[in-house]
Amino acid sequence: MSAQRLAEQFETLEKQDHAARLGMWMFLGSETLLFGALFAAYAYYRGIYPEEFVQALHHNSVALGTTNTVVLITSSFTVALAVHFVREGKSRLAAGLLAVSTLFGAVFLVVKGIEYTHHIHENALPAGAYSFLDQPPGGVVMGYTLYWFMTGLHGLHVIAGMIMLAAVGVLCWKGRYGAHRNVAVENVGLYWHLVDVVWIFLWPLFYLTD
Amino acid sequence: MSQATIDADARPDPLGVGAEHPDYLRADSGLRSWLLTKDHKRIALMYYVSVVLFLGLGGIFALVLRTELLTPEQTFIDANTYNQMFTLHGVTMVWLFLIPSIPTIFGNFVLPIMLGAKDLAFPRINLASYYVFLLSAIILLGAMLAGGADTGWTFYVPYSTTSPTAVTWMGIGIFVNGISSIMTAVNFIVSTHTLRAKGLNWHRMPLFVWALYGTSIIILFATPVLGMSLILVALDHSFGLGLFDPRYGGDPVLYQHLFWFYSHPAVYIMVLPTFGVISEIVCSFSHNPPASYRAIAYSSLGIAFVGFFTWGHHMFVAGLSEFDAGVFGALSMFVAIFSAIKVFTWVATLRGGSISFATPMLYFLWFLFLFVFGGMTGVAVATQSLDVHWHDTYFVVAHFHFIMVGGTLTGFLAAAHYWFPKMFGRLYDERVGLLTSVAVFIGFVFTFLPQFLLGNAGMPRRYFTYPERYQWLNVLSTGGAWLLGVGLLLALLNLIVALKWGKRAGPNPWGSRSFEWITASPPSKHNFEETPDIARSAYEYSLSEEVAHERAKAR
Repeated sequence: MSAQRLAEQFETLEKQDHAARLGMWMFLGSETLLFGALFAAYAYYRGIYPEEFVQALHHNSVALGTTNTVVLITSSFTVALAVHFVREGKSRLAAGLLAVSTLFGAVFLVVKGIEYTHHIHENALPAGAYSFLDQPPGGVVMGYTLYWFMTGLHGLHVIAGMIMLAAVGVLCWKGRYGAHRNVAVENVGLYWHLVDVVWIFLWPLFYLTD
Repeated sequence: MSQATIDADARPDPLGVGAEHPDYLRADSGLRSWLLTKDHKRIALMYYVSVVLFLGLGGIFALVLRTELLTPEQTFIDANTYNQMFTLHGVTMVWLFLIPSIPTIFGNFVLPIMLGAKDLAFPRINLASYYVFLLSAIILLGAMLAGGADTGWTFYVPYSTTSPTAVTWMGIGIFVNGISSIMTAVNFIVSTHTLRAKGLNWHRMPLFVWALYGTSIIILFATPVLGMSLILVALDHSFGLGLFDPRYGGDPVLYQHLFWFYSHPAVYIMVLPTFGVISEIVCSFSHNPPASYRAIAYSSLGIAFVGFFTWGHHMFVAGLSEFDAGVFGALSMFVAIFSAIKVFTWVATLRGGSISFATPMLYFLWFLFLFVFGGMTGVAVATQSLDVHWHDTYFVVAHFHFIMVGGTLTGFLAAAHYWFPKMFGRLYDERVGLLTSVAVFIGFVFTFLPQFLLGNAGMPRRYFTYPERYQWLNVLSTGGAWLLGVGLLLALLNLIVALKWGKRAGPNPWGSRSFEWITASPPSKHNFEETPDIARSAYEYSLSEEVAHERAKAR
């Protein structure tokens, strides 16, 4: 089993696992910069339109945003537990925790969907489609354009993360991962933590602007 | 397989590494074994074929442009076709040739061998990155059939968001291309960290590995920003979302900041691999260790770092404050310091060496001239007062072709000749190699030197007609372009002919000490008969070839 697991270009399993972890960290660094471009845009426009941003984003529901923050942090916790238990060889328990995390991801998306529906009803949309509150064009519109871009991209990451969590969860249940073979679980965990961390930055920027 | 025929006319094998196993080209057969291969060497060859194809395509676009500019008025294509042609020329050359060429072909081929490894860390991701690259090419060239784009390769807003052409597909294509780059970069970095052979510490590695390492770091941190920016432009273009649209409070200059945050470091993505190639070649053909290994290695990282703080010099006339412009100008000049360290070290490496003037060495000379010339004009355009005069003229076109094309094309050709025996086990015709190299250089200089003069005299870039007084320089430039094209074609033919009829090369035809030469040419499927154990640096020219080989063999 473990001899088969070792790819020919590696001398030891330790090195192979190290490579997998390092690769994930490199990828996450790159992902951070993907969001970085949008954070830079946010900083730039908020610098130009400080009051308009606050005024516009004030209409976002702090309750719903905060709920989602709690949901995501909890899911990160269950993912961390899954990594812990798979290391101890409790694959089934880990699989269950991964399933719970996936479920939290779904809850997050439902809440986000409710918010989006509100925005669409209020016409708080990007650019030319925006007609909420009869605001003049400028900072207010830009605030919502960025809101849609940034939360939308984050949402795509949530979906991608859920697919990975579910896939690894199924393999975990089948006993493919265990005490001595858990890099895949760790890496999915890392990816999910990134999704969580990005949201922790989005939350104050779009909900706690007062 | 057919060992008898391979050994029949083989040179004597001074290192005694003659292949006991069939080489990677013969290890498996059938189309499937190529298209689904996880062998880094075969993937490198697939990239080779594709990238050369794209270089040819970009070159044809260039020749169409130059031929159109032969006369002051319309010569044979209309303005609209001209605009789409220069956009396609830029996009093809930048994303399908300059950026991927050296890392994906020669990096893929020799990096694992230089590390003494059997393959890259993630062979499957390597194969996937090739197909993602191919997909991006299909999207970009497919956009051409859907009407192309007329924005130039920079896709400046607000024009790009309102242009009726296929900007959306271009944006998506470049985003996909970036994913492929990132996959390769992650693979290189992780391989360098985890797959070095026993005894191969960081200061024993070949300098090409350092250069690829630096390049990969830039790719990793710059490419996502560009991908994001172009996706935003694509969304703006398709749905009118207006992130950069002043009607909704957006700022077109923000796009320029985001674009150049990638695209200036991208210049170093293009030339850093060449620095690596050149470092290998200078040492191999002067049979001398580098004058300062650390200076060459660390200046690559220096350029990778400083390259991220220079983007603002593209925006001196876009409303940047004078203070900001001064800061960006000064930061840009830091790159010249690291580049000069490299240039001086290469030149110093020649001192006391026994120099052989082979084709790759000649390309080193051309590179040196073009890079220093391009670099010096780079310092000039990073000066705000001068840039205001030269902005959007042919001076800038000439400058960036000297650096990006002069740097990368000479590096690409040098690498193609230098590693040819390693990749295919044959030697190309040296006289034809030298001759085509001279043709390429003269063609290049005649193409772009007149453009410095044109730009300084005020001829703007991107225009398809011009006042009559600029004609003779344009004629010179067009003539140079055709010579360059012919030179490139002949160089390619020389290598293709050598594939079949070239003399057999031994494992180490250049007498190099770098680690890729301690294995057979072409290498077997697993690169080495026995995993090496390295007890020397890659440049121990004080040791005889046999002793050097002993100190890199399995024990």
